[in-house]
Amino acid sequence: MAINWFKYSSPQTFYPLAGKMVPLFMVAAAALGIAGLYVGLFFAPADFQQGEAYRIIFIHVPAAWMSMFIYLVMAFWAGIGLAFNTRLSSMMAHALAPTGALMTFIALWTGSLWGKPTWGTWWVWDARLTSELILLFLYIGYMSLAAAIDDPRRADKASALLALVGVVNIPIIYFSVQWWNTLHQGASVSISRAPSMASTMLAGMLLMVFAFWSYSIAAALMRVRIVILERERNSVWMKELNKS
Amino acid sequence: MAGCLAVVARDLLIALRHRSDVLTTFFFFVIVVSLFPLGVGPEPDTLREIAPGVVWVAALLAAMLSLARMFGADYADGTLEQLVLTPQPLVVLVLGKVAAHWLTTGLPLVLFAPVLGLQFDLSADSLVVLLLSLLIGTPALSLIGAVGAALTLGVRGGAALTSLLVLPLYVPVLIFGTGAVVAAATGAGAAGHLSLLGAMLMIALAFAPWATAVALKISLE
Amino acid sequence: MLEASQIECVRGSRRLFRNLSFRLEAHQALRVRGENGSGKTSLLRIVAGLSPAESGSVSWNEGNIRALGEDYLRDLLFLGHSNGLKDDLSPVENLRFALSLAGAGADELTLRATLAEQGLAAITDLPVKLLSQGQKRRVALARLSFSAQKPLWVLDEPFVALDAASVDRLANTITGQLQRGGMVIFTTHQEVDLPGTAMRTLELEGVH
Repeated sequence: MAINWFKYSSPQTFYPLAGKMVPLFMVAAAALGIAGLYVGLFFAPADFQQGEAYRIIFIHVPAAWMSMFIYLVMAFWAGIGLAFNTRLSSMMAHALAPTGALMTFIALWTGSLWGKPTWGTWWVWDARLTSELILLFLYIGYMSLAAAIDDPRRADKASALLALVGVVNIPIIYFSVQWWNTLHQGASVSISRAPSMASTMLAGMLLMVFAFWSYSIAAALMRVRIVILERERNSVWMKELNKS
Repeated sequence: MAGCLAVVARDLLIALRHRSDVLTTFFFFVIVVSLFPLGVGPEPDTLREIAPGVVWVAALLAAMLSLARMFGADYADGTLEQLVLTPQPLVVLVLGKVAAHWLTTGLPLVLFAPVLGLQFDLSADSLVVLLLSLLIGTPALSLIGAVGAALTLGVRGGAALTSLLVLPLYVPVLIFGTGAVVAAATGAGAAGHLSLLGAMLMIALAFAPWATAVALKISLE
Repeated sequence: MLEASQIECVRGSRRLFRNLSFRLEAHQALRVRGENGSGKTSLLRIVAGLSPAESGSVSWNEGNIRALGEDYLRDLLFLGHSNGLKDDLSPVENLRFALSLAGAGADELTLRATLAEQGLAAITDLPVKLLSQGQKRRVALARLSFSAQKPLWVLDEPFVALDAASVDRLANTITGQLQRGGMVIFTTHQEVDLPGTAMRTLELEGVH
């Protein structure tokens, strides 16, 4: 049975599909999250060097990975929307951005919380945290540009170009921040140097990554439904939906 | 190519007649640099240490503030439309716009920076590297900034929005620009930093005009 | 030959028009008429390739203008609402620059003579910002005298701010273009007579 994927590429058909998928992913996120936290907080052993404080990595690292991954997915959909002039792709990119920014913020905040007991300061300019900070600016820039342009089509295209420029720049920025960090620090003060992983720690981490992933998908699907409602409110199918 | 030179010549002519635009950017740069000793204290060792960063950040801010002028006036008076409708590759014309922008905003900074460096008691070697780093870096700033300027034409939010978009992209240039001067000051040799800066300029030269052309067409829709 | 096929135009969230088709052949003029906000400028910008149509296509000599790119631009002259002049430059300098971009060179004497024809001899070297609205419009229109090699002229409100003599002059210029085998699309609120030419009118009904 061949699935006609293109059937779902219009906002009209994607809207109900997304609605059905949201609860599934939310449940998955909750289940994986609880399992991951249980493993991470209770099951995995305390770290040799950092004691209990290291446990924040079960939130910090998945959040950081998701923040990067979501940007790539967002740029991908934005690029598709720009190249093929498809509305839904651009809407998906806009739906992903706030979740990506949230992940970045969580990564920064947990990074800061980790720094305090470990290094004594609320912020450390290590390479990864600094890159995360710049990534947050890239997200905010994307959302601000889209919000500042009134015409939705121009907003889609302009923000898409910005996202693509951002994607090209991320490796350059990451590399230069790494360089900058090694230049200025003697002993490397690296929060992101995780303790060597016991297998239970790794399991906990993976569970949390999948939990964050499921949550991100659910959040993006919920948000894209709202974007669809906003953009398509004058269309025929929306009015039919309202009548029924 | 002829179109590119015509654009440069026209923009330079306008800048000549409207000197205030060029001078305000330049004086902004000078003032910002001078603010730092006032804020940080006149201790020569401290100043010598922060000098590369201060001069570079000031150059960055000055470049950013002048971005609105790159396409803003053309957008308002309709000449940008005519530029886009010219039967010549838009990428080449954009290169002309960026070149003119750099000549009027970047080059003055480059030439005057060593004087400011003296205020911070930088050594002769450091001053030379400062000049070189800005000479290579400021065109990159103009190129990268052009994309931001083109995306925000006629959009609410003005300079603040453009800055928000462009500053993260400026970070690598800033890091290697200041890195070069610091390396020269500590005797480590700036060649590595300067070549990386040069590489960034090459990448910007390869991609930014094209991205700017796409952004201009989007803004004119 | 210009062909517009099933053009749909959406501005913001309003659909201005749909299923709009027309064909323009040599020696023909098309006047686009409609109330303010009915999409006249939008249509002209779609024809010029500045704005994309929501659906439908525009073709020039059987080729989609999106695909033709520079080949289409070489045959097109577009004069929009704004004059496309730099305030700090003089009419001569503006004209010289516009022509060099378009690939049409012209020597100094010819430039000045053309501006003089438009009644602008006295102010050819003043910066444009010192000119009146009508004078600025005439400077912008001076380009038409150098655009005989461009078959398609798309003019948005070219008659605005012109005095009677200038209106006649412009009408003659347009007629000359049509007689040469060119095509002109234009919008205007005034009634304009182009004697001896085939001029059709396209009426845009406005927002539904």
